[in-house]
Amino acid sequence: MAAIELRNIVKVFSDKRRGRDLLTLDNINLDIEANDFVCLLGPSGCGKSTLLNIIAGFEQATSGRTQVDGKQVERPGSDRGVVFQQPTLMPWLTAIDNIAFHLKLKGVAKSERHHRAMEFIDLVGLRGFEHHHPAEMSGGMNQRVGIARALLMNPSVILMDEPFAALDAQTKLEMQEELVAIWQKRRCTIVFVTHSVDEALVLGNKIVVMTRRPGRIREAVNFDLPRPRDITSPEFNDAKRHILSLIREESTRLAQAS
Amino acid sequence: MTSVTDVSPAMPAFRLTRAFQGLERLVVPALLIAGWEAFARSGMLPPALLPAPSAVLHALGDWVFGFDETTQTYSGHWLRDALASDLRVFGGFALASLLGILAGVAIGWSRLFEKTLEPTLQMLRPIPPVSWIPLAIIWFGIADKPAIFLVFLGAFFPVLMNSIHGVKTVDHNLVRAGAMMGANGRQMLTDIVLPAALPSIFAGLRIAVGSAWMLTVTAEMVAVKSGLGYVLWDSYYFLRYDIVLAAMISIGLLGYLSDLGLKAIMARTLRWQQTTTVQGRAG
Repeated sequence: MAAIELRNIVKVFSDKRRGRDLLTLDNINLDIEANDFVCLLGPSGCGKSTLLNIIAGFEQATSGRTQVDGKQVERPGSDRGVVFQQPTLMPWLTAIDNIAFHLKLKGVAKSERHHRAMEFIDLVGLRGFEHHHPAEMSGGMNQRVGIARALLMNPSVILMDEPFAALDAQTKLEMQEELVAIWQKRRCTIVFVTHSVDEALVLGNKIVVMTRRPGRIREAVNFDLPRPRDITSPEFNDAKRHILSLIREESTRLAQAS
Repeated sequence: MTSVTDVSPAMPAFRLTRAFQGLERLVVPALLIAGWEAFARSGMLPPALLPAPSAVLHALGDWVFGFDETTQTYSGHWLRDALASDLRVFGGFALASLLGILAGVAIGWSRLFEKTLEPTLQMLRPIPPVSWIPLAIIWFGIADKPAIFLVFLGAFFPVLMNSIHGVKTVDHNLVRAGAMMGANGRQMLTDIVLPAALPSIFAGLRIAVGSAWMLTVTAEMVAVKSGLGYVLWDSYYFLRYDIVLAAMISIGLLGYLSDLGLKAIMARTLRWQQTTTVQGRAG
């Protein structure tokens, strides 16, 4: 049984201003195995974030079936950790209290919460900053808190929606390396949304290329280049060429259609 | 984010002006008061109509400490009068804060309350609180109650409006993040929406405390026989403009102090809003 099963997912948004419906996701079928690192790759507006929100339970598919660990997804829940595009931390809580927020909601005592959160503070390299508020930390540090917060819940899957898009190039590289290290250490299932071909190739062992709206799956590419990945190696470039050709075919098709 | 860096040039001339910076602010008030004193003493107007600042200060001093009974029956009674007004402000403000926050959060959070409760409240809102004075007097008589009722009316709506706004504008993604971490409905309200709405609620409280003082003084002029507003209005009947001005100064001062107190509570509660960078702290 796959960790995540998507069957015939269709999502239609009603565009009231234009008075018609907008087909955003068109018959998505996808199986994601446990411990996979899957990157959903596609241009803006292709519905990749919508697909992630459907798995997270923030949005409902118009039709189709979404299962995580064999259970139907109906609402958000702590079995699916989400890392948002913006860190989305509680600004009134310190880093450690943000990370341990899930435990607070479960009624765990403060000393126990902090004790358990420290492991994740260390994991994301924020020791010394545990009592800082989000406004006192940089974007990259806040995004680390967001990742630690999702990991602490020990979810079966982690859903990430372009979490590094707002970071500068150097911080982005560091965070990508750290994320891969965390994934290797903790063996979790990650679904990572991105519009960057390079990012998908650095991170994923399965890259799902999506088409422009209405979003369909163009091809799911398995990519098992050993890590750490050399982004200048011939294997890396072969894969990149293949994915770029899929995207280019798509643009040509669109250009001819119009 | 702002980082505080000291950019003062090492020039002695600049240091000198910095030493006088605090005094600069006093120049305009000092000139105004000196001009007023000179004008009052020139005799162009009878002193009863425009008392000199020194006379006002004298009246205020006697009102507070009772040294020469220039303020007659008020001499030495300032603390009693101020306390009477303070209690009305506090009573009405506390009631308005409690109910304003409760109703505001309910309306902001629940469609049901928004549909049932809000239209009525919004219809009551444009009615000036002072126009309730006749009803307040026949309902509550002449005492603390009508005053507290009026203060409540003046303070309630700013708290209500800002609480509604605060809850409605909570970042939708914070609510999503809460749901992702398993918050139930009650936790969503107490652990996410309420703290997120606090800055806006505090803005409402600060407007409300100002309204509370305005309404207290108004109520004391017509519906109560004690407090700073009563002294102000009573002195007007006896043409004691020095006491009228002393009462105005007292109200201004106490109003300012209540705002300072509220600001201090706000700074403590919203400490997380202070945006210092890590570098700014370490340096």
